[in-house]
Amino acid sequence: MRLLSGLSRGLRPLPALLLLAAFLGAWELYVDLGGVDPLVLPPPHAVASALFHDRGLLWSNLKTTAGEILAGIAVAITVAFVLSVAIHLSGTARRALLPLLIASQTLPIVIIAPLLILWLGFSFVPRLVVIALVAFFPLVITTLDALEAVDPDLIKLMRTFDATRLRTFRQIELPAVLPGLFTGAKLAAVFSVIGAVFAEQAGATHGLGYLLTIAVYQLLVPEAWAAVTVLSLFAIALFALISLLERRAVPWAHHTKGEPAK
Amino acid sequence: MPAKGVTTTTIEAPAQEHRPATGGGSVDIDQASRVFRGRRGELHALAGVSLRVRPGEIVAIVGPSGCGKTTLLELICGLQTPDEGSVQAAPAALMPQRDLLLPWLSALDNAGVALRARGASKASARAQAAPWFTRLGLEGFESARPAELSGGMRQRVSFLRSLLAGKPVLALDEPFASLDALTRAEMQGWLADMLSAEPRTVVLVTHDVEEAVLLADRVVVMSARPGRVIADLQVPLPRPRHRTDPDLVALRAQALRELGVPG
Repeated sequence: MRLLSGLSRGLRPLPALLLLAAFLGAWELYVDLGGVDPLVLPPPHAVASALFHDRGLLWSNLKTTAGEILAGIAVAITVAFVLSVAIHLSGTARRALLPLLIASQTLPIVIIAPLLILWLGFSFVPRLVVIALVAFFPLVITTLDALEAVDPDLIKLMRTFDATRLRTFRQIELPAVLPGLFTGAKLAAVFSVIGAVFAEQAGATHGLGYLLTIAVYQLLVPEAWAAVTVLSLFAIALFALISLLERRAVPWAHHTKGEPAK
Repeated sequence: MPAKGVTTTTIEAPAQEHRPATGGGSVDIDQASRVFRGRRGELHALAGVSLRVRPGEIVAIVGPSGCGKTTLLELICGLQTPDEGSVQAAPAALMPQRDLLLPWLSALDNAGVALRARGASKASARAQAAPWFTRLGLEGFESARPAELSGGMRQRVSFLRSLLAGKPVLALDEPFASLDALTRAEMQGWLADMLSAEPRTVVLVTHDVEEAVLLADRVVVMSARPGRVIADLQVPLPRPRHRTDPDLVALRAQALRELGVPG
């Protein structure tokens, strides 16, 4: 968690932009002076020009993919929350669900995605399922960890205050789970982008993953890199947005400690 | 099981002069034993402990670490049941050793947690807790988060939270153990004042013998595991008490002797 909040603080642009510029410069020099075939590895300026030329196409495909990803994350959050609470509250649910959840993450998504499309049809639904499948696991784990971290003495204290289990859950566990949910959502934001590409590769007629697949097949390499660039930028934007929401929603989890009063 | 009696107040409309459960209920523990069975065999936490606390009485329980003091408090609060013997206690609210304040709530809302636990609205809980902030020297810190409060302030908010639970019995589990010596002395004086203004039946667990004789009407000394009562000392000293009072010092020395500490 500290790593992730450090990362989000590291998203303050200047150092990242400098590093990016150095990286792009080195790449450009490598392609220009290293005798690399630009068809195999296009130089950054070719990618930039593809980005510019295809901006309308990229934008409309981004909208499709972004919609899938946001919907997928929403499904993942809902499912992860319900499952974590069930696992937290019931030992039977834990023993029944946890092994299956872990097993679900060993499914090779690349292979499963076409099978899902075969089964569920050529529609939005299988793509949603694939994205949710890769996004929900980090959410379950971080949410569950946050629930398990609730001090058992606090639950006892609430019992001496005659709180019902539901009120204890609402007053103690529900707020305590938010930092874990946000950490999971940040991980999910990144994983879901990869999930979306797999899903669209397996069967879609629109979207950046679809565009990427077509571009690679037709050896439109700069165009393929342009699609990858847009996907990366979208992942960064999504991560930053969740970090921002996190600061608003769970300020206590960030060490915004004032001077203790005497 | 503790008698699930009727609490002596109804917490409804915010009263200007809110007085939950004055006076207090009694605690009657008869030959209670508690055994924890773990992987490494049995752990006898309590062995035939009997304890009677009259309504309004303040009883301190002192003893070495692992004498089952916390188990005793949990029996009183109904969080555990004895394996043998019986526990009859009026409803009791716990004040835990660590303050356990919720980091996402303001001091005022933390103080109202017990009220909210019984279904009071946020506004009503605030209205009931707010007048106490002046009395507890917490005025101006209503909206502060726990991280912004000092250790002594946090313990006062924690105390208020348990007080507002409106139970006739208060079970205090080493309430000032985590504080530095100066703050602790200050808080002991403060608690003595609070309890004379708001009389309750109090069971105070502590390992600080001076704290026990300073605050309590009776000091019950317990042995190391398995915990049993080895001495029951009356503290017939008038209040306010001073830690330098020769009678108090003598009682403190006596309690320490019972605990096997020379001096």
